Amino acid sequence: MSDNRISLDIVTPEKNVFSADVYYFHIPTTSGSIGVYPRHTPIVSGLDVGEMTIDDGSGNKETLFVGGGFLEVGGSKAVVLAKSAEKREDIDVERAEKAKERAEQRLANRTDDLDVARAEAALKRAIQRIKIAKNA
Amino acid sequence: MASMNDIRRSISSIESTGQITKAMKMVASSKLRRAQSAVVAARPYAEKVREVLGSLSNESGASSNPLMEVREVKKVLYIIVSADSGLCGGFNANVTKECERAIKANEHECDVVAVGKRGRDFFRKRGYNLVSEYIEIGDTPTFATGKTIAQDVIKRYIEGEYDEVHLVYSVFKSALSNTPTDVKVLPIEALPAEEKAGEEKEEQGFSLTYSFEPSEEEVLDVLLPAYVETLIYAAILESKASEHGSRMTAMSAATDNAMELIQSLTLTLNRARQAAITTEINEIVGGAAALE
Repeated sequence: MSDNRISLDIVTPEKNVFSADVYYFHIPTTSGSIGVYPRHTPIVSGLDVGEMTIDDGSGNKETLFVGGGFLEVGGSKAVVLAKSAEKREDIDVERAEKAKERAEQRLANRTDDLDVARAEAALKRAIQRIKIAKNA
Repeated sequence: MASMNDIRRSISSIESTGQITKAMKMVASSKLRRAQSAVVAARPYAEKVREVLGSLSNESGASSNPLMEVREVKKVLYIIVSADSGLCGGFNANVTKECERAIKANEHECDVVAVGKRGRDFFRKRGYNLVSEYIEIGDTPTFATGKTIAQDVIKRYIEGEYDEVHLVYSVFKSALSNTPTDVKVLPIEALPAEEKAGEEKEEQGFSLTYSFEPSEEEVLDVLLPAYVETLIYAAILESKASEHGSRMTAMSAATDNAMELIQSLTLTLNRARQAAITTEINEIVGGAAALE
């Protein structure tokens, strides 16, 4: 493999979302967004919910939603183990809107047994999905 | 000999049974195809999680994460993955028996978590302590199902309720065969880094030293539960594929048997019909001869 390429795999438990050699990608991690170029130092990091962009080096850019998980960069390959990941065109906006409403309702009418962290995470995911889909 | 009407009746009843089994076979084979592709689609994630975990546990040696901590075993939890419905040959019996055998062989106190109705009924009837049950998970299990089960089990493990967790499920080999297997889920044993990964590293001429963001402990805190989740999710998928495979084989055999039965009954029916005609002709001929 040439030195100015990094092979990127994005996998979720349910399927393989993306697999190709790319030039650069930008991804939200738990300690802030990072950009990864070829020959990046080996790193393992937790992922945050948010927007990931991929540049294949010939002018094609792709935007994806990632819903937390892991990033492993080692040598000439990078693996994104995402809990969920969707390409922008695959995002189900309607579903995200509904999830957003549900989460907002749950947070508004708090009951004792409400798992606040979980509802907030759901809300965050829904908002990010909608944002990415609408920025097309 | 049964009367002609009786034979006709049983032929038509077998025919309709045969139609049902044939339909079930076709449904099972299309579900099998889907389940198989789900198994294949889930594999890369599981492999990568294992790979990352392998490279991590290699670096850190003994980890202090509670999920990797080996305790003195007092109580063991068995997760049994079976089907919700029958009519799939020996599938449910094989996996539940394997699980019961493992429990009996285990000298410690054992409790059961049942995934699927058949397994639940089996262990309930035999008076085992069922901790929780997950039934009617459908033909396309989602990762969320595996996650719910994993989180429940992890919670019980961390709280010290159980000191070891096993998972018993059918490994899918082909539509014709699957093997009930017993794997230890918790505590997670340090994984040997895969040989393939090692070769790759050598080719690159340097070994990889990872930096962890935010810290190694925090990465493991999330990665280890994710590993358990994948294990359980993969087991459910394998079990589903095995179930559909077994059902397809069983229903295919049932359809063949129905066809055979119909053939032999039709033969008997034809013989009876001809015998009746012959008797009638004999009677007519006899009657006419008596008139002359």
